Amino acid sequence: MNLSSTIVRRHKDAKMPKINWARSEESENFAKTVKLFRQGKIDQDLFRRFRLQHGAYGTRMTDDYAMVRIKIPAGEIYPHQMEKLATLSEAFSIGSAHVSTRQNVQLHWVILEDVSEIMRGLAEVGLTSREACGNSVRNVMCSPLAGTCGEEQFDATPYAMATAKFLLRNPMNQSLPRKFKFNFTCCENHGMVRMTDVGLIPQIKTVDGQEQRGFKIFLGGGLGNKSFVGHQLEDFTPEEDLLYTSIATIRIFDRLGDRKNMARNRMRYLVDQLGWEQFRNLVLKERAIVRATQSVIVKLSVDTTPQKIEPPIRVSGFDGKSVPDGFSRWKKNNTYKQKQDNYYSATITLEAGDITASQLRALAEVTRDYSAEGTARTGFVQDVVIRWVSESDLVHVYSKLLEVGLANPGSLTMAHPVGCSGTTSCNLALTNSHRLAKEIQRKFLELKLDDDDDLRDSTIKISGCPNSCGQHEIATVGFFGGGGRIGKDMYPVYQMSIGGRSDGQTALGVNVMRIPAKRVIPAVLKLIEMFKADKRQGDSLKSWIHKIVTGHSDSQIKSVDDIKKILLPFTQVPSIDSDKDFYADYGSDSHYHTRTGKGECAA
Amino acid sequence: MSREKMIKTLVDADTLRSELRDNSVRVIDVRRKEDYQRDHIPTAVNLPLADLLSDDSPERVLKMAQNMGIDDETSVVVYDDTFGALASRVAWTLQYLGHSDVSLLDMTYSSWKSTGLETDSKDVSFGAKTHSMKIRPEILATVDYLEKVKSDKNVVILDNRERLNYLEQHIPGAINIPYRTLASDEKILRPKDELKRILKNRGLSEDAEIITYCGSVGTLSGLGFYALKTTDFPNVRLYVRSFKEWKGLNKPIVKQENANYWDLSAE
Repeated sequence: MNLSSTIVRRHKDAKMPKINWARSEESENFAKTVKLFRQGKIDQDLFRRFRLQHGAYGTRMTDDYAMVRIKIPAGEIYPHQMEKLATLSEAFSIGSAHVSTRQNVQLHWVILEDVSEIMRGLAEVGLTSREACGNSVRNVMCSPLAGTCGEEQFDATPYAMATAKFLLRNPMNQSLPRKFKFNFTCCENHGMVRMTDVGLIPQIKTVDGQEQRGFKIFLGGGLGNKSFVGHQLEDFTPEEDLLYTSIATIRIFDRLGDRKNMARNRMRYLVDQLGWEQFRNLVLKERAIVRATQSVIVKLSVDTTPQKIEPPIRVSGFDGKSVPDGFSRWKKNNTYKQKQDNYYSATITLEAGDITASQLRALAEVTRDYSAEGTARTGFVQDVVIRWVSESDLVHVYSKLLEVGLANPGSLTMAHPVGCSGTTSCNLALTNSHRLAKEIQRKFLELKLDDDDDLRDSTIKISGCPNSCGQHEIATVGFFGGGGRIGKDMYPVYQMSIGGRSDGQTALGVNVMRIPAKRVIPAVLKLIEMFKADKRQGDSLKSWIHKIVTGHSDSQIKSVDDIKKILLPFTQVPSIDSDKDFYADYGSDSHYHTRTGKGECAA
Repeated sequence: MSREKMIKTLVDADTLRSELRDNSVRVIDVRRKEDYQRDHIPTAVNLPLADLLSDDSPERVLKMAQNMGIDDETSVVVYDDTFGALASRVAWTLQYLGHSDVSLLDMTYSSWKSTGLETDSKDVSFGAKTHSMKIRPEILATVDYLEKVKSDKNVVILDNRERLNYLEQHIPGAINIPYRTLASDEKILRPKDELKRILKNRGLSEDAEIITYCGSVGTLSGLGFYALKTTDFPNVRLYVRSFKEWKGLNKPIVKQENANYWDLSAE
């Protein structure tokens, strides 16, 4: 491999963020409060709420460590911010960072007394962990393809940014009954608008010959111990009503949401309890009040100045001599063609969202050198997207990624499973879902299943407990962890579900059966084998499963029960003497026991 | 004020360059021989860490120091290209046998070079000098010493390894400040006020005696030793044989149980 360098490095600070999310005084305040707490001057509950409001989550089986969740609004992250995260992960965490399914970046196993130092470092680059946990408005998401997606009507990014800016530290939402989530998307296919409190798809409507911007808004969806699909508020919500609708919805939730029963207090339960029609009426009425009573100066500051696109300066073209191995496989399965001619978005596969400090630095460099927008986006599936790469530069990007171990293929395919943090750090986890996701990915790549077009639009998502941080319920093949028992011996096990999806036909997965952890990979491969033997012309795994779970199968396998029968052998439990490994979870060589502490998703 | 109090633990490039011009300093480059031969700071002598570690008995180190032209009064500056950890270990060794005027260059050789400061490829040697031996046991911790003070509330054991290694196993009661915490982007150690703040946040007090250790030979913890020294902690010891010896002697070890933290690493 001998690619000539053709890029003139741009100035290090060429591109700076437009919005500073940080408040520098918050780090010192946090440090002081930790001291008071350690001296017993602040009560435990009060401190926990304060800590969560500032983005520091508890850690598995210990009070000494925290996970710091850093918000990346709309996923937009600048190269110098990635470099800062790299440095902070080495100094105060484990030398790796984690990209979450909600576009946050998480630093795990941080000593509580060091959290303030991370906050200080974040403030230096305009980032914050404020309201990343706790009963607050969490990171405002936006499709990482927004602005480049061929299906979108307009770029939702400035609206997501403006919403995030309006709500961050807003007194109105500092003490909600429970957490509250906004997801903006580009189009039906690339978002999760029906699986969140407020989901928004950009829409253009022509009124009296005039094009008007607005949104399709979905309320009351969400994944969890009990999941609900969101409802569409109205046909079209014009952009000037975006803020009023958001305020009205938050107010209704704040006023009527359940503050006692933490297990049933996300807004979706309120919608379920009141019934959609009544909830909808309340929101619409409240919106009329908000519209009539808000001062005219209360509005979203949507920055719609066109994005600066500056292609990297080229000295000489690529000589075309040595295209690294695997480039075409990577290009096919890791890049999107943008709606803008000649530009591509490259998605970076991370194993279950994990990235080392030096890889973060390398990504910063790639972003600086090859993205004409000069920033990157964190994605929805524990990934990072580098956009605005000209087609001829893709090979350079690939070879750079290859050098640092970030060129794993299959990021847009089934070979890129999602796994929540599981027993690596979470108090609630029952299994090591995180490692299982990595094991599946390695197996799929080894078998080159990333290159199988029939599997391309399918997903695998894994949670380490029934709560849905791993989003298993919207996966084509989903798993959540638990403990199995035979006599006095326990073994890790996963509940398997199939047919979940988060697109225009959003549906929750249908339970199949419990599969022991060490049989999950063979069971998935068996399912694929079944599909290959049974499928009709044109079927993908996703469409084949969809037909089965909706009762429209037109082949041999008619129902989930038929699948169960074939997978039954995988549920056999061997004796502990004949198969010790069966009784140990991934990442552990000792005998499995379930151990959980207190969750903090509800503060 | 005694002479030792006035000696700085760190010297910056400007200071070192003026000392070089005055010919008033002995510079020690602790990188590998081949790196040294390519280029080094002018007049620096080479003492590869591996060479020192092959036998770091005071008698041998004394002889090495004398052969580098160091006597009791020589001002010594040590540098490396490994974020200051190897240089720290050599500096500590010289201090241990009683040499008081020794400091670390506050940057790595790479940053020296990329700043455009002068380098040289000439191998240099100096006439041997005589140096006395005044062992300073108060900066050394041995396994016996650790056993003796383990329940002393005024003693803090500080583990300078990376977080995951610490979680996996550490000396009972030790707290963890990974060596990466100590450096800034440009310098081998953060500015004093920053280090002070970080150590204070972690509850370390200047009244305490602090014993630093790391994985095997006292390099990362050597840097920890000097981080504390520059921050005016008067009582610091280096457990020079570190965790490797501790573990080898089957001493008690603490582990963070019931969590698979290793699987969060993308290494």
